[in-house]
Amino acid sequence: MLGLDADRLRADLNRLLAFLFHQGILDEQYLQLQQLQDESSPNFVSEVVNIYFHESEKLLRNLRSLLMDREFSDYDKMGIHLNQFIGSSSSIGAKRVRNVCVAFRAASDQNNRAGCLRALELLEHEYCILKNKLHELFQIEQQRLLAAGVRYPMLN
Amino acid sequence: MRVERVISDENDSFPVGMRVLAVDDDPTCLLLLETLLTKCKYNVTTTSQAITALKMLRENKNKFDLVISDVHMPDMDGFKLLELVGLEMDLPVIMLSANGDTKLVMKGITHGACDYLLKPVRIEELQNIWQHVIRRKKFDRKDQDGSGSQDKPYIDSSEAAGLGNVDQNGKFNKKRKDQNEDEDEERDENGHDNEDLSTQKKPRVVWSVELHRKFVAAVNQLGVEKAVPKKILELMNVENLTRENVASHLQKFRLYLKRISCVANQQANMAAALGSVDSTHLRMGTMNGLGNFHTLAGPDQIHNAAFRSFQHSGVLRRLNTPAGVGISGLPSSGLVQLSPVQNLGNTSTYQRKLQSFVIPGNHNANILQGMPMSLEFDQLQNNRAASHVGQFPSVDNTTVLPVSSISGSLIDAGCSNSPLLGVTSNSLLLEGSSQLPTLHASNLRDSVSGFPNRSTLSDFTSIAPASNQLHGSKADIQDQAFPISCNAGKIISSAPQDWNAPKKDAPYQSNVPSCSINSLRAVNGDMAQLGQCLDQNNPIFNRNVGFDFVDPLSIKCSEGENLAMEPSVIEKEGYLMVQPSRQGIYIPDNEGENFAMEPSVIEKEGYLIVQPRRQGSYIPGNLGSLEDLASAMTKQDHDKGKPTDGDFGYNDYSLRTCI
Repeated sequence: MLGLDADRLRADLNRLLAFLFHQGILDEQYLQLQQLQDESSPNFVSEVVNIYFHESEKLLRNLRSLLMDREFSDYDKMGIHLNQFIGSSSSIGAKRVRNVCVAFRAASDQNNRAGCLRALELLEHEYCILKNKLHELFQIEQQRLLAAGVRYPMLN
Repeated sequence: MRVERVISDENDSFPVGMRVLAVDDDPTCLLLLETLLTKCKYNVTTTSQAITALKMLRENKNKFDLVISDVHMPDMDGFKLLELVGLEMDLPVIMLSANGDTKLVMKGITHGACDYLLKPVRIEELQNIWQHVIRRKKFDRKDQDGSGSQDKPYIDSSEAAGLGNVDQNGKFNKKRKDQNEDEDEERDENGHDNEDLSTQKKPRVVWSVELHRKFVAAVNQLGVEKAVPKKILELMNVENLTRENVASHLQKFRLYLKRISCVANQQANMAAALGSVDSTHLRMGTMNGLGNFHTLAGPDQIHNAAFRSFQHSGVLRRLNTPAGVGISGLPSSGLVQLSPVQNLGNTSTYQRKLQSFVIPGNHNANILQGMPMSLEFDQLQNNRAASHVGQFPSVDNTTVLPVSSISGSLIDAGCSNSPLLGVTSNSLLLEGSSQLPTLHASNLRDSVSGFPNRSTLSDFTSIAPASNQLHGSKADIQDQAFPISCNAGKIISSAPQDWNAPKKDAPYQSNVPSCSINSLRAVNGDMAQLGQCLDQNNPIFNRNVGFDFVDPLSIKCSEGENLAMEPSVIEKEGYLMVQPSRQGIYIPDNEGENFAMEPSVIEKEGYLIVQPRRQGSYIPGNLGSLEDLASAMTKQDHDKGKPTDGDFGYNDYSLRTCI
């Protein structure tokens, strides 16, 4: 029984991962993260991802407050935030978020405020999706581990 | 000390245990970097503050072997840190950034970085970084033998710096071997990396025309093969010239001669080489930071070794090859070498010499005076010049224009020969403003179609000063380097394709339009359906009212249903799954069925874009450009066989709708 559940959950996990890859929400870099997780750092992926969430939400708040300011003109500052966002997103494999950030940065480089606003909307949206999906992923993984009763190595 | 200790380490298990200091203000990347480096079996220390990093480095200079630093940091600019580390601790520094813009990479190189990595960093890239430590060590060792004529940095390393990572390695190794074979006793030549040079604050020796002439005279007197620095020094009888200076100069000279003798065998290639020579010339200045200009004469016929003007390092050799490698190995700044003209005089045939011609800023006058003569010479070899000029445009991708001058003209006024070296039809002019021998500036402008205007040219040529910095030509040049390199970078990026721009640039560029299109598409006034957000307390997400948290596990299934339904229904769920290629936003019916099935089936359809949409209109009226984009997008036909790789899909998409 337990085994079956674990298998089923693993299948769910695989399917979700495959879905995310195909959707472009995640890319190979995420796999690299998984490969770095081992006995010596058993929670590496969730650690990194949680840091990423934390930082990203800060960044999004900053970006939003920058753009909401009617006298906003400091595109450089926005560029800096975006740079960090791009770096961290690409480091965990959040491909779509990263792509939107790149577009956002392009709009910012052109001092295109309307474009920035649009990009920010889309960015927040994509970030939401990513966060949801990753939470989902972690939940399934947790359930799978519980069901299996033993620790399996992460998918490889 | 460090050298010895590291050497012993080498015997043990290097690069295992190499001590790396990682600096990045982004905690996500820092943790990832730390884990990656640990996986490579390095000994990692991390900090998120540049100031802390400096403190750690300063308190014990032997504590680390290598530093990896992010470019954009809040407390200190990454480049500043790079400079300081290079100056104070002489450690190899690798820059890290999410932004692979050519300008930035250039800046990194001019500030002395031994590498520039783009995020996301892959473990494969990190597994090789130990090479920078070894390379630097080797140079340190050599440098300790001689007092280090740091004004003549090893061209190989500088060349390498100008090229990509892989190239750097290969070329560097090749150069080293050649060097070793040739000049064992001249080993005091500091085959320095750029960083090494920048760390040594020794007075620069400027090889002026006069000086070089004396040098060559001395060498000739002694016989090229038998000339030793000590004797040359004695013969030259110049104050403040050290044996090491002469030694390194001699080394380069010999290399140049060697190369010329090779070239002499390939006369047929010379004409072709003219173009490539130019290109290499052009490239010379760019990355290698010496700010030296080499004028390569498209050597047609090379003659006696004694006369070959020297070439500072392997650059000339490369210049001769049609391959036109983007070499940036220029000797230290301020080096001026002109081959003695008299040597060229002996044959009536077309003689050309490769000549490295470096003109420090203060020699502008001399060069200018020399110009007319070169013109004369040039006319003697019209066809060459023509081909030379004609070839120019093809090589305008580099930033530094080679100073193509007539070898003899400048040095030996008496020589009436035409050892005309690939001089363009226009005389070389020195850009007074720039400190570098921007000789080609005007030349290029006239002769090269690729350059837009003169100021651009001076920008190009001014890259040399930036590269100067690399090789420790300090002081005046350095200050200029910073702004100039920005220009250079800008220009480079606009230059034709040959330039070895960081590869990442390309994808970046292509990504941008695609993403912007997507973002434009997705945005509309009402983003209420921003999708499920787990963190409802987050003000960002709370903006989007009307959306309830959906159990993540059920999302999967509901997505399938949604997609099968009308867009209006989907809207309720907060977002829409669409395939970018089809009618812009709506999901065609045949897709609908698929979506009703397991999400895994959806995968087969390629990838989708999720975006909130109001049914009907997704283009707010006030977004004019968005409208255009959207209509363009809707017109776009689908990509068949859409690749599953999202990135590629984006790019593809954007290409079609490119405005």
